[in-house]
Amino acid sequence: MASSESQDGGSQATEGGGARPDRVPAMQRLLDNPFLLLFLGVVMPTVFYLIWGIMEIIQIPIAK
Amino acid sequence: MAIHAVKGNWWNEPLHRMEVIWISIAFVWGLVMFSAMIYWHIEGKQNLSNEAYRIDPEVFAAHTEAMVEKYTIGEEGDTGVPIVQPPPGSDVYLIARLWEWWPVLQFEKDQSYRLHLSSMDWQHGFSLQPTNINIQVHPDYELVLTLTPNEAGEFFVVCNEFCGVGHHTMVGKIRVIDKQ
Amino acid sequence: MSVGALEGALARPEEKYRICGDTGLRVYAKAETLIKVNAVAAVVFLAVGGLFGLLVALTRWPAVHILPAEWFYTALTAHGAAVLLFWIIFFEMAILYFASAILLNCRLAAPKFAWLGFILMIVGSLMATVAVLQGESSVMFTSYVPMKAAPHFYLGIILFAVGALLGCMVFFGTLVIAKEEKTYEGSVPLVTFGAITAAIIAVFTIASGAIILVPTFLWSIGYISHIDTVMYKLVWWAMGHSSQQINVSAHVAVWYAIAALVLGAKPLSEKVSRTAFLLYILFLQLASAHHLLAEPGISSEWKVFNTSYAIYLAVLGSMIHGMSLPGAIEAAQRRRGFNKGVFGWLRQAPWGNPAFSGMFMSLVMFGFLGGISGVVLGTEQINLLMHNTLYVPGHFHATVVAGTTLAFMAVTYLVVPLIFRRELILPAVARWQPYIFGIGVAGISLFMMGAGTLGVSRRHWDITFSDSVFTFDYPGTAFLMMGLNGISAVLAAVGGLMYVVVVVGSILFGKVRDEAAIKANPIVAPGNAVSTYGGEGTLKLPGTIVLVTVFFLAFVLYYFINWKFLSEVWPLS
Repeated sequence: MASSESQDGGSQATEGGGARPDRVPAMQRLLDNPFLLLFLGVVMPTVFYLIWGIMEIIQIPIAK
Repeated sequence: MAIHAVKGNWWNEPLHRMEVIWISIAFVWGLVMFSAMIYWHIEGKQNLSNEAYRIDPEVFAAHTEAMVEKYTIGEEGDTGVPIVQPPPGSDVYLIARLWEWWPVLQFEKDQSYRLHLSSMDWQHGFSLQPTNINIQVHPDYELVLTLTPNEAGEFFVVCNEFCGVGHHTMVGKIRVIDKQ
Repeated sequence: MSVGALEGALARPEEKYRICGDTGLRVYAKAETLIKVNAVAAVVFLAVGGLFGLLVALTRWPAVHILPAEWFYTALTAHGAAVLLFWIIFFEMAILYFASAILLNCRLAAPKFAWLGFILMIVGSLMATVAVLQGESSVMFTSYVPMKAAPHFYLGIILFAVGALLGCMVFFGTLVIAKEEKTYEGSVPLVTFGAITAAIIAVFTIASGAIILVPTFLWSIGYISHIDTVMYKLVWWAMGHSSQQINVSAHVAVWYAIAALVLGAKPLSEKVSRTAFLLYILFLQLASAHHLLAEPGISSEWKVFNTSYAIYLAVLGSMIHGMSLPGAIEAAQRRRGFNKGVFGWLRQAPWGNPAFSGMFMSLVMFGFLGGISGVVLGTEQINLLMHNTLYVPGHFHATVVAGTTLAFMAVTYLVVPLIFRRELILPAVARWQPYIFGIGVAGISLFMMGAGTLGVSRRHWDITFSDSVFTFDYPGTAFLMMGLNGISAVLAAVGGLMYVVVVVGSILFGKVRDEAAIKANPIVAPGNAVSTYGGEGTLKLPGTIVLVTVFFLAFVLYYFINWKFLSEVWPLS
């Protein structure tokens, strides 16, 4: 925590800076953002499960 | 408390030692289980084939009938179902349809066969008992796998995908004989 | 409250609310009513679906074999729809509204949309249930094409899903309002975070359901001529399996809520518990692949990656919760002075409180029975031993019934006094209910898994094959398992009936929970006003260490036993 405080004194007083005393760590900001999480939670299975899976099925060859 | 909002920078809070150890163990265990599946593809003897084709049910039926015509050795009891004994290493076809597995196949022990599975109508489940191998069978798709029976005897193919009201009567047979 | 909250309140006409006498939370009337109606609808479907479940189990008990084949498949379809979809998702709507509006001290966003969603869900669930009971839609919960159900079966499920999606939107909207109106400070409560996880998975689930069920509906009325069977399964399971992942997220949130309310337990670490939920958000839904391991034509790379939730990262999440929860409970108990030995805290836990006992059994059974069996079943090659056998329902009865349903039952014992504001009737029945239901469900899960290990098919009317051309005899042990499964189902049905009687009876006839009752019979653990993080880190938690060690050893042992089983079957490649 000490390190994040020292960084805070630097150049940027970011958008979170005014509302809270400490600079909020990036991971905490991610977890506090339900819509970013929603985006990730939909994209991950859509890409790895659905799209990849559909590509696999489309590529099944026709019997000789 | 879990029902109250949390103030401050909880992300920077130090972890309990027990948590660190448990998370590390669980992570490593995940790697082990992941590697086990890959290892089995290299060293294991039971891997489901990925060889599959789209096929018209009529074409598949024609392949099956050609095989039956060529290699029939008799009839299973008084059921009218032919017993087919194709040579080891050959292509063997098994039809799944409402509500039978056709024909009865006869294999030699410790010989390999290229088994083709497909359905004529709905989805079915190839459940080989009592050895217990279970594979999904789709219409319009043909799965080709290499099967090596390692014990002699009578085996049954139970349908284990629900296929309508006669589902529970859908039982087929595979005979395995000792090497001739 | 802060100035911001005051301004927010002034900006719009004040909505009616009360301050909860037990928790001090602000409870808005509209949110409360919606929680009530969704919970009631849920319990009705649990009662109906449970009855069908009992009939299914009694039919599969070879000595009883109560239903004829056609009715059996109808009952099995109705059982799946009523409990796996309707009971659980109605209850989850109640949880979403609770975790947003109540826990954040906030009014509900767009209550009219929430009502529209509820009505759509009611219409849809009734339509699908009627379709099944008419007998033309005995297609099982999965409705695999090209088997065709009546059009209103698909339409009912689509309407139900659209209604649930509206509920999710109301939930996210409430989060936005709470933030804007500053009804809370800092990060949302962990329970709300769990509900966010559930809602995110629900969005993916419902979208997948729409992608596949809308064309299937069009196919059933003749607008589309063909639906690819493998493609259908791929997309359908993005809904079918993910919907169970909504349950996992929701019931883990419920575990945390019960531990907090009953014992004043707080998570060992917000960071760890929330990261575990993040792992769910990212990876849990990939496990829809569990249902495609025995399908033709999909590569092993796809199967291995997806079935393992990307290298078991979601399992890691569950294992974290599996330590955090007992850890939080142990820490809370030790803080209250139950410090004797390794397990004094557990022995002295409130086992007579059905909210706690139900929650703890749910936790243990979900982990030991549901979790371990799920990972084993979802191992690409081991799946060959179990695909479509009774092992599969054995596994998911451990997750969805012993895990989710028992957790939801447990939390109902808090919802009735806190939201319906009624005292429980028949407290002795309530006290025993989780045990009877829990033991029954444990039996159902174990005996079905046992029968599945012996190869017994799922969704099968007659394992004696009496009408078949060829008859095959499953081992005698399998028949014993099916009998024990039937007995367990009777026990679980008794437990389910006890639940319905206590809950419905309390809502209708229970004594109103007024100030005096709150004083005389406190439900919420005292001294839980503290909401900062940390504090538990210094405690030693030997009991939890023993519990997770036992769990881990059981997991490893059972996992490798199944590889041994696999190595003995016919080689195939």
